[in-house]
Amino acid sequence: MTWLRLALANLGLSPLTSAVNVVLMGLGTASIVLLLLAGSQLSETLSRDARGIDLVLGAQGSPTQLVLSSVYHADIPPGNIPQREADRWAGDPRVGTAIPLSLGDSVRGFRIVGTTEAYAALYGADLAAGRFWDRPMEAVVGAVVAESTGLDVESRFAGAHGLAATSHTHASRPYRVVGVLEPTGTVLDRLVLTSLESVWTLHEDDGGTAQQDEHADDEADHDEHDHDDDEADHDGHEHDDGDEADHDEHDHADGDEAVDDGHDHDAEHAHADADHEITAMLIGYQSPLAAMTLPREVNAGGVLQAASPAVEISRILQLVGIGFDGLQAFSWVLILTAALSVFAALYGSLRARQVDLAMLRCLGATRWELLTVLILEGTLLSAFGVVLGFLAGHGVMELLGGWLASARGVALTGWTWTPAETILLIGLFAVGALAAALPAVQAYRTDVAATLAEA
Amino acid sequence: MTLAINVTDLRFAHGARTVVDIGRCQLASGQSMAVIGPSGCGKTTFLHLLAGLIRPGSGVIRVLDRDLSQLRGSELDRFRGRHIGLVFQRLHLLPALTIHQNVLLAQRLARVPLDRTRVEALFDRLNLTGLEGYKPSMLSQGQAQRVAIARALVHGPELLMADEPTSALDDGHAVEALALLQESARAAGAALLVVTHDQRVRGHLEHEFEMVTPA
Repeated sequence: MTWLRLALANLGLSPLTSAVNVVLMGLGTASIVLLLLAGSQLSETLSRDARGIDLVLGAQGSPTQLVLSSVYHADIPPGNIPQREADRWAGDPRVGTAIPLSLGDSVRGFRIVGTTEAYAALYGADLAAGRFWDRPMEAVVGAVVAESTGLDVESRFAGAHGLAATSHTHASRPYRVVGVLEPTGTVLDRLVLTSLESVWTLHEDDGGTAQQDEHADDEADHDEHDHDDDEADHDGHEHDDGDEADHDEHDHADGDEAVDDGHDHDAEHAHADADHEITAMLIGYQSPLAAMTLPREVNAGGVLQAASPAVEISRILQLVGIGFDGLQAFSWVLILTAALSVFAALYGSLRARQVDLAMLRCLGATRWELLTVLILEGTLLSAFGVVLGFLAGHGVMELLGGWLASARGVALTGWTWTPAETILLIGLFAVGALAAALPAVQAYRTDVAATLAEA
Repeated sequence: MTLAINVTDLRFAHGARTVVDIGRCQLASGQSMAVIGPSGCGKTTFLHLLAGLIRPGSGVIRVLDRDLSQLRGSELDRFRGRHIGLVFQRLHLLPALTIHQNVLLAQRLARVPLDRTRVEALFDRLNLTGLEGYKPSMLSQGQAQRVAIARALVHGPELLMADEPTSALDDGHAVEALALLQESARAAGAALLVVTHDQRVRGHLEHEFEMVTPA
């Protein structure tokens, strides 16, 4: 017989009370664990996807939208920018790396990104199979894309116009998959990469309305149409492809084709290479000092917008954090309830157990040993709850992660341990011990002779 | 001959009321004695004093040649656990444990090495074999008392003390219980002290000590 066995046996004497306490403790613990896991992984994911990107150049509008669309591929872009403008900054001596992105099409919900090989290199992605593109209409797919669509080297697919899966497709000009990337655990896994030229030729051929940058200079209100209204006032636009049935399905996300009403973008306009448009340019600084001057200069130029992922991440996390704090406070209320319940259970049974405790003293137990056994009971109750809570918290996180991965493309897992959890673990054990403290002191003070005389 | 109990000029008072006043009381090792007196004469208090559960107002209590006043706090708990076995009228078996665990716990609290053969022999002698897995609530009064005796003797104490072991029993069972206590103590080589108001105990033990209510 050990003290542990005795404590367990005493808990087993009132199984319902013990079970209720364990469940209460478990619920509180699970909520906090879940919040810790989600919070840490969210910020981890956000910073991992933005690694190496100090600044995003794109169309004017909301900086958060620019970062969400071009770094996380989680929003539609605010619009397009002339490549010429972006290249001017890319050549600046303060800029170390500059990666152009051109968005607008997708395949089965995954975005097709016109870019350079440097974009894959940014996330340290290696090819699992095949090679990078040599010519237009060759594509390299991310690991998740390959897995969930079955696209592999030599597969062909048609890009869908817009970022939703149901848009009309560029069926006449299919892409050919020439490479598959290794998993990186970043947003790259969910992208299809191709050359900038692919995106350009596709949109030049497909109705000849792709690149309107040549109008930018001679039409004053062009930017308005292009970048701001592209999603909002879509209905009612007279589309010249004549297909009324799937009109609403169209998702002209980056706006380069959306507002062709009234304009006649036809092939007679020259398509000089220098006049291509891109959606954004991802900038890595040559030195951290560039942060002092470069963003301000870009924004002062009036054509482009410069947004810092780091600033936007902290803005997003701050907003999310308010909700997290509230939930966390609520979880601590649960823990407090559990602690009070443990206290009530131990204290309530103390009267009935006074004689048992006195008898233990008669058998040779010291006051300290009675104190220990009570503390042990309280700690055991909360320990079972804590273990249950950690298992439930991690389990739910894993389930949630599985669901989010398929539905939202957010990579969350339950199989991870954050440093805050270790502190939480110690804290919760202390809560259990503390809840048992007063009953334990009462046990310590048991007047053996008086108790036995009364019994 | 060493003395299991040697009490001199023992006084204990609750406030102004003297509860125990004993000039001299001795019990030799391995012998048995009944302490007999009316209800309220301080018998149970005397037993608690001998067990070191309370401290006397004045006088000397020597148990197994140790002056109890020399033992402090947990030393006293350990001394009691190691050298004394106690059987109460209400047996106070721990309800959470099986009777086997109850007995093993006593062995552990006495801080003697775990000796399962001794436990088996005791269960055998006290006719408890087969009941090891039972909880105390499942036992008859007689069985429970035998478990309490086993628990009091499992660590091989030199002094076994029983408080009113016969009061709740009919004549036949009272005699049986006394005989069992005596046999068990003798087999274990322990001195036996029985504290009771039950006059039926007279004549059964080797010595008798009359207690009177202090003036």
